[in-house]
Amino acid sequence: MAIANILLVDDETPFRETMTRRLTKREFITSSASGGHEAIRLLEENDYIEVVVLDVKMPEMDGLETLKIIRQKFPLVEVIMPSGHATIESAIEGMKLGAFDYLIKPCDMEELISKVSEAAKKRKRHKEKIIEAQLKEITMRRI
Amino acid sequence: MKRRLYANLQKKLIFITLLVSFIPLISLSVVIYYQFAQVFKNKIEEQIEYRARVQSNAIELFLKERTAILLAMADTYTFDYLAEKNNLERTFQIMNRRVGGFIDLGLIDSAGRHVAYVGPYNLISLNYYLQPWFREVESKGVYVSDIFMGYRQIPHFVIALQRQENNRRWILRATIDSAVFENLVRAAQVGKSGDAFIINKEGFYQTRLRFKGEILSKALLDPTHFGEGTTVLEKENTDGKKILYAGSWLKKNSWLLVISQDASEEMTKLFKTKRIEIIIVVSGCLMIILTTILTTHLTIRRLETADRKMNELNAQLVHSDKLAALGKMAAGVAHEINNPLAVIAEKTGWMEDLLTEEDFQKSQHYEEYKKSLGKIEEHVERARKVIHGMLGFARRMEPHLEDVDINRVLNETITFLDSYARTNNIVIEKDLMPDLPIIASDHAKLQQVFLNLLTNAVDAIGKDGKIFLTSRIIDSEIVVSVWDNGPGIPKEYQSRVFEPFFTTKRSGKGTGLGLSVTHTIVRNMGGTIALDSKEGNGTTFTVSLPIVVPEKK
Repeated sequence: MAIANILLVDDETPFRETMTRRLTKREFITSSASGGHEAIRLLEENDYIEVVVLDVKMPEMDGLETLKIIRQKFPLVEVIMPSGHATIESAIEGMKLGAFDYLIKPCDMEELISKVSEAAKKRKRHKEKIIEAQLKEITMRRI
Repeated sequence: MKRRLYANLQKKLIFITLLVSFIPLISLSVVIYYQFAQVFKNKIEEQIEYRARVQSNAIELFLKERTAILLAMADTYTFDYLAEKNNLERTFQIMNRRVGGFIDLGLIDSAGRHVAYVGPYNLISLNYYLQPWFREVESKGVYVSDIFMGYRQIPHFVIALQRQENNRRWILRATIDSAVFENLVRAAQVGKSGDAFIINKEGFYQTRLRFKGEILSKALLDPTHFGEGTTVLEKENTDGKKILYAGSWLKKNSWLLVISQDASEEMTKLFKTKRIEIIIVVSGCLMIILTTILTTHLTIRRLETADRKMNELNAQLVHSDKLAALGKMAAGVAHEINNPLAVIAEKTGWMEDLLTEEDFQKSQHYEEYKKSLGKIEEHVERARKVIHGMLGFARRMEPHLEDVDINRVLNETITFLDSYARTNNIVIEKDLMPDLPIIASDHAKLQQVFLNLLTNAVDAIGKDGKIFLTSRIIDSEIVVSVWDNGPGIPKEYQSRVFEPFFTTKRSGKGTGLGLSVTHTIVRNMGGTIALDSKEGNGTTFTVSLPIVVPEKK
């Protein structure tokens, strides 16, 4: 079984492609998007996506805006925000808006993997709790 | 250029201040002086006029008294009685006893013969029939003569009167004592050069003068210049001196009593006042000049200082604006480089991933590939550090408190300058005290401080040298020192290195602001910066910063 389902969002195609390959090689199920709109669409189509790695600085819709929509529409999806040093404040702002964590670009693969894994675990725990609660509710109703 | 501007401004201020001070002062002094002089002159004229009037009255009275007593004697006694020498002598004694001032007394019959005579001269039996005064008495009855020589050949004047006694006419004549009369006239003279004399209407002296001029000689004054009653005139005498004359007519306008006075002698008091006034005005002017120069000087210096401070502030503002602009540019550039760098890092990572595949491991160049990728990663990391350093420097130019690790700031700053130093063959060594406390300070500003000090050290050395950087805790302060083995700073410049715009670098090379800005930043942080330098022995800048513990979040 895959470690986690990841959506990689970055406007820099070579970066996105290579990162996808490297994550796939490490047994992550990885899909990618070149911008915020595409990311939202993919999330809507694939509810198995657990973690979004979301670049802060992008044309059209930037990371923070995308994050706000994700938090609204897909509260169970965890978001990690890699950022250049110049946009570190935005990444921290992202944390305040509910992102799981941030990373400094160029990122260290091991660090990324560990953070993604943690995020996936958190998401799983969260989901399990929800399922548990739902089960309880069903049971209660039956009684 | 600036200095000339201030000098011109100073000159203008002084000129205007002096002008508005002097014009009223001097015009007031002049007006007051002339008013005073006029009043003084009027007073002198009044005085001399008064004296002339009073004295002429006195003389008139003198003559009237003598005429009256002579009249009384003539009315009392008969010709025959007076023709007796003894009787005439007694009469003469009575006259002198009553009023005095007679020198002789004579009785003359209608034919002009001197019938009887009492006096010091031998005038008996002389005939006066042809004398001018005899004719005057005959026509007027009572006559006071002008001065004349007569038979005695001595200047004198007489009072004569004619009496009619039973178809016989006779004349009683008395000579006035010139000494007594002249004393009376002289009584009006005052001062060292003042004079009092009488001239007749033809302009001949009737009394002796105090200094020059003989009796009966023609006077320099023209009596026609003097009007009715008492007149005051000012005329120049032969010496060119201004003389004040007061003339008063007497003896039925046939004599003029003249009182003369040297105007300058009388004006001495005025001249003294003038001198005092000049001294007061001059010292007042001097005081005004001094005060004006002093206050203007102070004002201009204040203005200059204020201007300089404003220029310094402006320059600092421009400097920080430049830094801020540079920061923004650096941030943009860093971001643009950061993205390709991330791609390179990823590609390298991917290649490393691929190298773990079995077929790659079999390649004879496997090790070579692995090493090269390692090198690429190493240099990507280096570039990343540089960019992060740049961003760290560029970010937040405004004062901002954050947790700062001084050693980290120093290391970052060294990274900036390392390659520049190395190209000039300058080694930067460091001895940083491990585990320095984290302080609440401004990372970017501290970086600017150390960057300025290090840049200065590198510039001071030029080529081939060493910079030594230390961090310590001394007396609960973090002390960072930057030593270089450059030529050192000459003693005369040492006190000025922290002044704005002071630079020893070539024109265009340094703004002279680096150390000034550094000084300001450190001071604003509550720290100090000190300089220790000996010519030929290098320079050490020591920055001491208080340990401000960050607030717990």
